[in-house]
Amino acid sequence: MIEVPALLPALPEIILAIGAMALLMLGVFIGEKSLRLVSTLAVLLLLGAAVAVLPGYHDTVVTFGGMFVSDSFGGFCKILILIGSAISVIISVDYLERENLKRFEYPVLIVLATLGMLMMVSSNDLIALYVGLETQSLALYVMAAFSRDSARSTEAGLKYFVLGALSSGMLLYGSSLLYGYTGGTGFAQIAAAVSGDGPVAIGVLLGLVFVMAGLAFKVSAVPFHMWTPDVYEGAPTPVTAFFAVAPKIAAMALLVRTMFGAFPEISDQWQQILVFLSIASMVVGAVFAIVQTNIKRLMAFSSIGHVGYALMGLAAASPDGVKAVLIYLAIYLAMNVGAFALIIAMRRKDGATESIADLSGLSRTRPAMALAIAIFMFSLAGIPPLAGFFGKFYVFIAAIDADLTFLAVIGALASAVSAFYYLRIVKVMYFDEPVDAFDVNTGRGIAAVATVSALATVFFLVFAAPVVRVANTAAQSLFQ
Amino acid sequence: MTIGLENYLIVAAILFTLGIFGIFLNRKNVIIILMSIELMLLAVNINLVAFSVFLGNLIGQVFALFVLTVAAAEAAIGLAILVVYFRNRGTIAVEDISQMKG
Repeated sequence: MIEVPALLPALPEIILAIGAMALLMLGVFIGEKSLRLVSTLAVLLLLGAAVAVLPGYHDTVVTFGGMFVSDSFGGFCKILILIGSAISVIISVDYLERENLKRFEYPVLIVLATLGMLMMVSSNDLIALYVGLETQSLALYVMAAFSRDSARSTEAGLKYFVLGALSSGMLLYGSSLLYGYTGGTGFAQIAAAVSGDGPVAIGVLLGLVFVMAGLAFKVSAVPFHMWTPDVYEGAPTPVTAFFAVAPKIAAMALLVRTMFGAFPEISDQWQQILVFLSIASMVVGAVFAIVQTNIKRLMAFSSIGHVGYALMGLAAASPDGVKAVLIYLAIYLAMNVGAFALIIAMRRKDGATESIADLSGLSRTRPAMALAIAIFMFSLAGIPPLAGFFGKFYVFIAAIDADLTFLAVIGALASAVSAFYYLRIVKVMYFDEPVDAFDVNTGRGIAAVATVSALATVFFLVFAAPVVRVANTAAQSLFQ
Repeated sequence: MTIGLENYLIVAAILFTLGIFGIFLNRKNVIIILMSIELMLLAVNINLVAFSVFLGNLIGQVFALFVLTVAAAEAAIGLAILVVYFRNRGTIAVEDISQMKG
């Protein structure tokens, strides 16, 4: 008699899996016109899954033979991911309709990718990690090439696919070595095998390095970032908005989970790798963004830089560091969905534009939009009292507490350099001569998302205390 | 001569390295990249199955089955993306995949 595993901890994933199939059937039966209906239902589905996370939020439960763990760390990240995905659907619909991409597969793909992300966040075993990661990646490859009549979009899809498959291969090779040298694929087994005294087996170290390289690809940390600018530029703008938020959060959470789940005792080994990744990402993100003229490409380097800051929190290898990462991810979500909502709204009569020069004099033609973009740019640059400042603040504090002061210093310098290109956008909007105005009709979804996230960014101080408290309990659940 | 675990690991390591070099050195055809990716995944499978036999537990073989399944899905999606790319550009030469730079 086979025992049925406890299914309830995986309720959000089950809801998404069944819901995605139902949406696909619905779209097939209604046909071409169903984009708006399927999108609305997809948003409800994602929010429903977020609600389903709540009942088991505070309990740590391991199920499916130790492969799946549900705890408040996972719950926190899952809620961020689901909100990010739902917002991505909301801000996409108008764009897809105008650009003649009215295909109902778009929201379905987002739901399927989100399902993979939730599985990643909850994975407690190398097999579960791999399957979750691929569920996510396969959906994302298709989304990057979603505008299938555009040479740039299909090229982005192809590049993303090749480098994504390469990174999966490296991750797998590392997994096979970890399995061979520890005798199991569960994080608990690996942790038990590497916890003893004496030197760590060279096979385990090799496996650890390969796994970290594979995951660094997924979070687009330097030196594994080459795909990011091209994919961000080539993919349709709403897809870029989605890429910049939910998969980043999921991959970062997966990295945290793997490091603290499988290798808690040898943190001195992976810490140095993370320090290097963090420094390289912050510097490359700050320096290479300066010369960009395309705003999507600029946001790609910006996101590389932000990954560097988040990795700094992880490099601290402490509960405070994980807390800082979680706060950073929450703030990153709020800033980026708003900024990308406005980038999607950049369009004239003859179609969407994405060059920074098109923002010239926006403060005179569209003052509200210019103000909102300025808020997001100041926040991304980390200027107090906006949200972005607090994200960096907690990360720096965690790094200093872990005796990584030099890392925090480099972070502060990189953030000063990156302020240059963020503020240049503000300068272009407020002090350059106006060019043709953008279309006024941006759609209610985009306006609402931009307004809410701008308010959240400006008034972060008001609800900083609860966010920090929730992030703290979530981080603690990883260290029980 | 007995064939031990290390022989399997060396074969797998060579195949994996060939796969990585195939991706980066090849300048001609994207299909070769897809083949190289497949080679990497199969190298991993050799590793997993060899470890599984020598450790005496089945986890590695289960993992290898998962890898095979996902590799099939991955190849399908890769070829589909390749087809839409070819429709737009009329070429699948690697050196032509450079519309975006910087």
